[in-house]
Amino acid sequence: MYESKSLVKALADKYGRDSEALMPILQGIIAEHNYLNDDAMLNIAKELDLSAAHVFGTASFYSFLDHKERGKFVIRICRTISCDMKGKAQILRTIEDTLKIKHGETTSDKKFTLLETNCMGWCHKAPAMLINDIPYTELTTDKVIEIIQDYQNK
Amino acid sequence: MANQVNLKINGMAVTVDEGSTILHAAKKLDIHIPTLCAHDDLCVAGNCRVCIVEQKGLRTLPASCAVPVFEGMEIETNTLKVRQARKHVIELLLSEHKQDCLSCYKNGNCELQNLSSEFKVNGSIFMDLVEDHRYTIDRYSPSIIKDDSKCVRCQRCVRTCEELQKVSALAVSGKGAEMKISTFMDRPMVEVVCTNCGQCINRCPVGALVEKDYIDQVWDAIADPKKHVVVQTAPAVRVALGEDLGLPNGEIVTGKMAAALRRLGFDSVLDTNFTADLTIMEEGTELLLRLKGALVDKNPKVTLPMATSCSPGWIKFIEHKYPELLPNLSTCKSPQQMFGALAKTYYAQKINVDPANIVSVSIMPCTAKKYEAQRPEMRSSGYQDVDYVLTTRELAIMIKQAGFDFLSLPIEHTDSIMGVGTGAAVIFGATGGVMEAAIRTAYELVTGREVPFKDLDIMPVRGMEGVKEAKVLLENCVPAWSFLNGAELSVVIAHGLVNADKVMKMVRDGNPHGWHFIEIMACPGGCIGGGGQPIPTNIDIRKKRTDAIYQEDANLPLRKSHTNPEVTQIYAEFLTEGPCGHKSHELLHTHYTERVGY
Amino acid sequence: METKSLNRVELIFEPCEGMDATLASVFKYSNDEITSELIDSGLRGRGGAGFPTGLKWKFTAATPGDEKYVICNADEGEPGTFKDREILAKVPEKIFVGMAIAAKVIGAKEGFIYLRYEYKFMLKELQEHVDLFNDMIKGYLDFKISFRLGAGAYVCGEESALFESMEGKRGEPRNKPPYPTISGFRGKPTIINNVETLAFATMIIKYGAERFKSLGTQDSRGTKVFSVSGDLPNAGIYELELGMTLQKFVDEFSDGDAKAVQVGGASGFCVPRKKFKDTIIGFEGVPTGGSMMVFNSSRSMYNVLHNYLDFFVEESCGQCTPCRVGCQQLLKGLKAVKKGEKPESYLEDLLKLSRSMQLTAKCGLGQSVGNSFASIVENFKEEMVY
Repeated sequence: MYESKSLVKALADKYGRDSEALMPILQGIIAEHNYLNDDAMLNIAKELDLSAAHVFGTASFYSFLDHKERGKFVIRICRTISCDMKGKAQILRTIEDTLKIKHGETTSDKKFTLLETNCMGWCHKAPAMLINDIPYTELTTDKVIEIIQDYQNK
Repeated sequence: MANQVNLKINGMAVTVDEGSTILHAAKKLDIHIPTLCAHDDLCVAGNCRVCIVEQKGLRTLPASCAVPVFEGMEIETNTLKVRQARKHVIELLLSEHKQDCLSCYKNGNCELQNLSSEFKVNGSIFMDLVEDHRYTIDRYSPSIIKDDSKCVRCQRCVRTCEELQKVSALAVSGKGAEMKISTFMDRPMVEVVCTNCGQCINRCPVGALVEKDYIDQVWDAIADPKKHVVVQTAPAVRVALGEDLGLPNGEIVTGKMAAALRRLGFDSVLDTNFTADLTIMEEGTELLLRLKGALVDKNPKVTLPMATSCSPGWIKFIEHKYPELLPNLSTCKSPQQMFGALAKTYYAQKINVDPANIVSVSIMPCTAKKYEAQRPEMRSSGYQDVDYVLTTRELAIMIKQAGFDFLSLPIEHTDSIMGVGTGAAVIFGATGGVMEAAIRTAYELVTGREVPFKDLDIMPVRGMEGVKEAKVLLENCVPAWSFLNGAELSVVIAHGLVNADKVMKMVRDGNPHGWHFIEIMACPGGCIGGGGQPIPTNIDIRKKRTDAIYQEDANLPLRKSHTNPEVTQIYAEFLTEGPCGHKSHELLHTHYTERVGY
Repeated sequence: METKSLNRVELIFEPCEGMDATLASVFKYSNDEITSELIDSGLRGRGGAGFPTGLKWKFTAATPGDEKYVICNADEGEPGTFKDREILAKVPEKIFVGMAIAAKVIGAKEGFIYLRYEYKFMLKELQEHVDLFNDMIKGYLDFKISFRLGAGAYVCGEESALFESMEGKRGEPRNKPPYPTISGFRGKPTIINNVETLAFATMIIKYGAERFKSLGTQDSRGTKVFSVSGDLPNAGIYELELGMTLQKFVDEFSDGDAKAVQVGGASGFCVPRKKFKDTIIGFEGVPTGGSMMVFNSSRSMYNVLHNYLDFFVEESCGQCTPCRVGCQQLLKGLKAVKKGEKPESYLEDLLKLSRSMQLTAKCGLGQSVGNSFASIVENFKEEMVY
């Protein structure tokens, strides 16, 4: 849970208060907190004079505008066919074993969330994943363990 | 005049205005194209794809509701290709729709049922998807049940809530297979900004949004020999009930309805019109007192303009969206709740029945009234003042269940007391009606003369325009109100919450038009278009009901609230301090609650 | 039919000689010259739909209005497509210049690049490029480019859904007509082009139509940037002349074991080995936004189709019945056939459904689900059954 009032206000000051500002503001919250909580969506609704259901409905359309609690680092493994063919399942299992969570879950220290995502445009360097906004490609089990360990120390 | 466009549908030539849709052009040729998401009151969605047709030169089949015509266009509505594709679309809709039709509340009045009957989709090859989805059935609201397993995602409710009501309690959420109609974070309807107006129910083609019905509870009460069951009927019910019982739109059934209520077993058949007249006395007095407070006493605590408070959907709207303007609301309870408070006090004394044994039922064109009846403030009698609220539709169901032929019932009258109303009360059912009734009485109170309109018909406040303004000049006032001499009473009327929102924005921004009195009805057309009225609804149906309302007013011998003899009687016997007196405040007035804005 | 051999060309990736020089070389032409040249070149939209670019610009220019927009569609989300990222990374100037030319032609003052969220990591650098460009263009035109970020929705690559998203709404495709040339972003006349299309427009105006036109075939002029992935040794991004047969493509890129190629991504067509020789890559044969996915004989085409359908079930916007429910039925039905819960003949029913979806869905997404479904089921039926 986080408090969002001042952040929403700052984002609205930056992007404006008409309905077009909704996406950049939602993205601004995500950049800061990785997910949208109720408080953030309600503050946005109030700030932009939109219905809260509309804010929620819009956010829920987009896979990067999560409204479920996420960890500090959100890992998204590409599940589309090229990555699938190049061993995505094994990478996923390796991360699950390393972090001791199933995909869709968040570690108890709220550091990592493990998700799958659709094609992210690295088919020629499959398998690939994103950690927050950073892509990692041509993954192997060794490589992915190393990457996760790096983040564990962040 | 708009430019004309010539096209052919099924080989027949037709000319329509530029900008018309294929569907519109087909209607002109009396060609029926089935639809589902399209609704006359709402913007085009084009998402159900039931109304697809074949367009010459186009590979795909366009949705006729969404595509504008062009010169030389050629359309076929009944080809093999169209029929097969349409059948697929209907079968797909059925595959994600819980098909418990026999036990569905909308059984017999379901557009999807009609479509599947029309296209004989028995033996659909598709697999059932309902159980694959996590769906919820929200029964927490006292007014509305939202059953996602029935939803066909036509988005009529979303468009209604946004376009007609500017509430947007409902929105589309998720995408793909997860796409559904949601409140904020899928919270129960009763927790969100929903005004319970029920306009979504009136437009839902299936059983995904229905009223919470209290039919069984009312039958139980009627069957209980210890209980004395009183029933009141709102003005708008009498011009719409017939529609659910085989009569055309806008048929007046006041007398038959009284007969039917007796045959259903209600012990006292009374009329909300009585308290509508009483509302005028109370609210009219409140307005005049506020005017005096503001103009003569210069009391800064007096708030103007004053807004009517009879529409519980409107009350919930302002509580959520303009809480800072709550002091502008009249403190008068709605006629339903005035009636409820009096039924278990005044009426109980009159008929010598222990109020604990009175069951108070109201028949309303409204679903928000169900919520209103359960508000904690509405217990002035020491009991819940109104026990059960049934919609016009529920009453029709009870009449059908009882098994008598409504059409051959005799004309009967309501009981006395609390059974008499004037024409001023009847017109509460149409937008502008409360205003007209109030002006008829207030003008006369202040000037000693009847309103200067032919046959008492105050035409400027009537009609379907979303926001109506009028001015009434007060001259040669009687001594008590001489301070109003020469004043021009400025009023505004809005119906449909989208219009209420426009008016309230202006009030918030300083009331530039200088309004003194505002009438607001949550539903389009007022109560005749209420969320509890027979389905379907559209502007023509609402106009017919409105015409009937004014006809009923014209038919009545008494047409001004202050001439209601029962009203005179209650002020003489019970509310002896007169309108807005101490007892009135105790029983007939209320207060409001600021609510969260989602 | 005219076919071409496999011909690697460097047109789009030809190094830029510098933005200012490029701007100078294209801004000397009149609007009419520009649209005529583009129409003459035969350039068709590189996003997949293939609408003639010059006509799109001409129509938008002809629509009356003071407020018009140019939008670059960088919401590359089609599975197996990644070429726009490469163009954005290597020659962004060509995209910006293309947008500026379009802006000049229609009189737009604002341009937007709608970048998919998955490419957000590029934004900082791209923003620096755009800032430079916005400074430089001042000498030629009152025009400014800004970035808008997507948020993870494949359907936003559909142009009207992209406008909705930019306007702060759910990315649901609109009813068409009206088309963007009449009513696009903010309801105003809008040119919306794919990244690659805009870069090509720059090259065509700079060098004239002839160089582009001399490449490719009658229906498919010029070159195309291909995103090549799957079972092959050298996956990557290749600019190739249009009009080659799939056989030539496979001969060049595959390890010799290709049993099928999915042309055009999940919404494209699956071509089995026996049809490689007769299949032309281009608008006269199998059109593609650039995605070429090669499957070797070890691959289960059932798994491939299952993967695509999972994708569509999730990425359909959900508003129209045929797409929302149809995708779920195709997936559920396919799984049932594979498990033996439904007879093989059920595949015929599903094929009929996929054809109805092609006819009745509201937008290109729903209309094209049937492409991969039918081409995989029809060509690899034996792999779909129990």
